[in-house]
Amino acid sequence: MATATPKRITDIGPPHYEKFLHPVIKRNYGKWLYHERLAPGVLCHTAESGEKIYTVRAGSPRLLSVQTIRLLADLADRYCGGYLRFTSRHNIEFLLDNPANVEPLRKDLADAGFPVGGVGASISNIVHTQGWIHCHSAATDASGLVKALMDRLYPRFTEENLPAKLRVAVACCLNMCGAVHCSDIAILGIHRKPPKIKHEILKRVSEIPTVVASCPTGAIRPANVGGYESVNVIEEQCMFCGNCYTVSPAMPLDDPEHDGLSIYVGGKVSNARTQPKFSKLAIPFLPNNPPRWPEVVDAVVNLVDVYAAHAHKFERMGEWIDRIGWPRFFELTGIPFTRYHIDDFTHAGLSYARSTHIRF
Amino acid sequence: MSEKTPLLDELKNGPWPSFVAEIDKAKETSPACDDLLGQLELSYVEKKGHWKHGGMVGVRGYGAGVIGRYSDAPDRFPKVAHFHTLRVNHPSGWFYTSGALRTLADIWEKHGSGLTNFHGSTGDVILLGTTTDEIEATFQELTAAGFDLGGSGSALRTPSCCVGKARCEWACFDAMKLCNDLTQEHQDEMHRPAFPYKFKIKCSACPNDCVAAAARADLSVIGTWRDDIRQDDAAVAEYAAAGLDIQSDVVDRCPTRCMKYEAGKLTIDHRECVRCMHCINVMPKALRPGVETGATLMIGAKAPIIKGALLSSVLVPFVPEAELKETINELLQRIWDFWDEYGENRERIGELIQRVGLPAFLDGIGLDPVPEMVAAPRENPYIFFQHEEGK
Repeated sequence: MATATPKRITDIGPPHYEKFLHPVIKRNYGKWLYHERLAPGVLCHTAESGEKIYTVRAGSPRLLSVQTIRLLADLADRYCGGYLRFTSRHNIEFLLDNPANVEPLRKDLADAGFPVGGVGASISNIVHTQGWIHCHSAATDASGLVKALMDRLYPRFTEENLPAKLRVAVACCLNMCGAVHCSDIAILGIHRKPPKIKHEILKRVSEIPTVVASCPTGAIRPANVGGYESVNVIEEQCMFCGNCYTVSPAMPLDDPEHDGLSIYVGGKVSNARTQPKFSKLAIPFLPNNPPRWPEVVDAVVNLVDVYAAHAHKFERMGEWIDRIGWPRFFELTGIPFTRYHIDDFTHAGLSYARSTHIRF
Repeated sequence: MSEKTPLLDELKNGPWPSFVAEIDKAKETSPACDDLLGQLELSYVEKKGHWKHGGMVGVRGYGAGVIGRYSDAPDRFPKVAHFHTLRVNHPSGWFYTSGALRTLADIWEKHGSGLTNFHGSTGDVILLGTTTDEIEATFQELTAAGFDLGGSGSALRTPSCCVGKARCEWACFDAMKLCNDLTQEHQDEMHRPAFPYKFKIKCSACPNDCVAAAARADLSVIGTWRDDIRQDDAAVAEYAAAGLDIQSDVVDRCPTRCMKYEAGKLTIDHRECVRCMHCINVMPKALRPGVETGATLMIGAKAPIIKGALLSSVLVPFVPEAELKETINELLQRIWDFWDEYGENRERIGELIQRVGLPAFLDGIGLDPVPEMVAAPRENPYIFFQHEEGK
């Protein structure tokens, strides 16, 4: 006998978070008093009731197999009554009510290859995008670059020895999924050649007015090319943003020889001490060199080391640079200052120095 | 047959957990992972991506939540010829039980590549890679298990929030509840894209802004308080006794210099405090946000595409916690109506405000201007006086 088709369920939204809260969290929801950092990667939150919840934070590659998800679930069952969460930077947080379980959990995590850390004055996990794993517009890979970076920055994750927290983010194109543009160190995949227009398919796969309108500098014009209704790009006006490619598959910008990475520094989103700010250009171009991206990794390690050596306690990267000034930043880091560092897009003039406050 | 992947194999070395090792593990149950590694190796060799542009795929009745993805080398890598992604709306605060994680793992092992992201940039669980004919079946199993898809395209994107009151003493409003309520009340806007472009809502329960709302969200809800910082003098003394230099580490770091530390006594001029959080961050046992809590509503953040990145700017300086949801919903309706009326295709709300000016936007949504909205009044004398005033 055929069974009835179950009713199709839609528009239910996410499961309610209350189902997933540790009993200690549920009992003390909204009644937390203070927290302490017991060790790198280990937090203890104390509630008004006196109850405590311990958090062990572990780094993750973000891309996880179902096998590893089950491993995390097993660890949560063994030490946390099954309760865990993830952070906005892809870390895994195990939530424990018994402090005696902290050490055994740390040991099991170490055995499974998961570092504990990323809290306080450290480098937390790198927020990043899909890259060549799954994105059509990526100028570089993200997961591989992050892996290469975190292998070198590993002790900065597992220990708290920086002046303040340091947020690193990777975006593999200018679309920037994630808050790359407000990070202490932002690594951005870039194109440097105009789109190579596929005139023979453009009209079939996209609308010409939409492609024309997509260009922020007005560099795209309708044109008949070789008998095809298509578009032209005024190449001197192209700043390689890729917005035309987002609206039309006939406008690819990929160019293995010229694509690469740029590095921006000094952004923050927290309001602590100083206002949120954008990251600013430190290095306009580095080569795209998988699988280890040595030029990018060396540049980031240099930035971290120079910052660690010179910033005052509690100073974020951008606050340190504001104090010492950009000329000294370029001097200390040994990064050459070029014409590309000077803004020439909208409101560029606001970034020009308008005083004689100069350190010699 | 598996292709050799020497470049990717290199990324299995080193102390940080390896995504290549994860793809290797998933091969046990998913043949697609072999071809994924093969294609990725090709990208590493050639230094270019091998995914084709989008494609309309989805589940019946929704226009969002599934990202179409096709290989540009399907003959060589047939098992990733289609490799679509599902965005699954995460629970507020990214809390799970082991059981919920196993449920998601089982569904994805059965219907997809076995590869996930915990989590994607917007906050969703990402189920990475499946074929067109598995999508509806995956969706039905997800909803039967209590999960639904997230947003994509020109829709309300999956709202996200910080850990809030669940595990943070600084939470000035219940970010997880607000995020969950807004998500539930705007299911239609999430699943059926009808906006000029994407719209993101992010809730951070204090000015530390742990979900980067001010940098990423079209509507940024950032917790704050308007009464006085709560202070425990005995705990201040404990910090001092434990070696904290209260003068240089706390008082001298205050952006408005509203604190004094004299003869072992810390005093705060609360009228001058801008709620930056620094002193509270440094001495969580001694200082706490006040009790008259709520949020600042900010508008318009976005990444660079199309006309440059924007940070959110102040829209409503303070909304008491009890009025947050109602105020936000009322404003959202007016903001979305204005955007619908005047926004161009692929124009974020922040860019629309840049184009028409904040005063016109305020007129459009019926908000009065207040000085908290600007860093400074205008410097230029080019004022568009309104006709009735010029008469």
